[in-house]
Amino acid sequence: MYGNDFGTEAPEIAPDDPDFLAIIDADGRIEPRDAMPEAYRKTLIRQMAQHAHSEIIGMQPEGNWISRAPSLKRKAILMAKVQDEAGHGLYLYAAAETLGVDRSELVELLITGKQKYSSIFNYPTLTWADMGAIGWLVDGAAITNQVPLCRCSYGPYARAMIRICKEESFHQRQGFEILWTLSHGTEAQHAMAQDAVDRWWWPSLMMFGPPDAESTHTAQSGRWGIKRFTNDELRQRFVDMTVPQSEALGLTLPDPDLTWNAETGHWDFGEIDFTELFEVIKGNGPCNAQRMAHRRRAHDEGAWVREAAAAYEAKRAARTSEEAVA
Amino acid sequence: MSADSWPLWEVFVRAKRGLSHVHVGSLHAPDAEMALRNARDVYTRRGEGVSIWVIPADQIAASSPDEKDAYFDPAEDKVYRHPTFYHVPEGVEHL
Repeated sequence: MYGNDFGTEAPEIAPDDPDFLAIIDADGRIEPRDAMPEAYRKTLIRQMAQHAHSEIIGMQPEGNWISRAPSLKRKAILMAKVQDEAGHGLYLYAAAETLGVDRSELVELLITGKQKYSSIFNYPTLTWADMGAIGWLVDGAAITNQVPLCRCSYGPYARAMIRICKEESFHQRQGFEILWTLSHGTEAQHAMAQDAVDRWWWPSLMMFGPPDAESTHTAQSGRWGIKRFTNDELRQRFVDMTVPQSEALGLTLPDPDLTWNAETGHWDFGEIDFTELFEVIKGNGPCNAQRMAHRRRAHDEGAWVREAAAAYEAKRAARTSEEAVA
Repeated sequence: MSADSWPLWEVFVRAKRGLSHVHVGSLHAPDAEMALRNARDVYTRRGEGVSIWVIPADQIAASSPDEKDAYFDPAEDKVYRHPTFYHVPEGVEHL
């Protein structure tokens, strides 16, 4: 999928290099050792790394419910989903590595807090219904963001995203099914589903980032074929898809301003309180410290495994060379 | 090899009998056996393959994109290598 292309790093060129822009304008793909502007390379490394970190941290809120899933079937599904998140993180780290960074450097940036992950994973998962709401809303928002990335101008990223999007659709459907089952269960189960949707709706809308007017990355990323739609366009697309699904679920979305606008053909929705998003990004969300502490602990506690595997291989290699001499 | 920088392996998967192995991605592993096991878990969770190859990334030689034009030039001016180069009279079949 990635094609590290087995050699030295891509040569640097000007941000408006005509040959480079011609490939992008022809909807072509930039591959690892092609010449590319330094800012293009840096933007992609940052975006892919943060996406990878999000997948890795994203295992935690759901991992929280594996031991308490209501049935063996739900438990097996949840384990498969969390395993997929690990896989997605690995596809993305591998894709980022084609641009000349090493995964261990990126992991270091995550655990020292120098790079961010998606703020959505700093919210707690309080009930089983949260597994449904995360699958339906959080993964639904992620898919809306990610489908256009399947056509991203950087080949390895686009190929990783194609694979991720295929797997995400299972995630979204299983979440929808959890909520549908709860919504059509007892009164208490219905209330639990509604409560989860009430808590996850607004954070899901914030996953698309700040409004276009305040977004710093959109224009240059758009020119380079990294980002094909703006934050607000994608957010609107998500709302339009999700409202009819909420009706099918028999659940309401917690926004009194949500109304169909026949003129625009879109759902109008209420104003988003972005001060909350910025607080969570700054590290003041309900679970920031817990998520980071857990990630660091897992990394440290896994050190002996990495050391043992390296020592075993060193011993095997030494034995092989001894036999070759004898 | 330090514990935090296992070598990079490129992974190739045969999707089913009758097809070639195709490059699907890369991963880090301390040795070939672990690389194969990790490749199975990372790249074939949904029956994407019946056979996996893993190859140390530093063992692969590649043509350089810089020399792309010169390197592939010899193919450019030999259009007579394609069957469409030849004129076939009307009505001649199975050719």
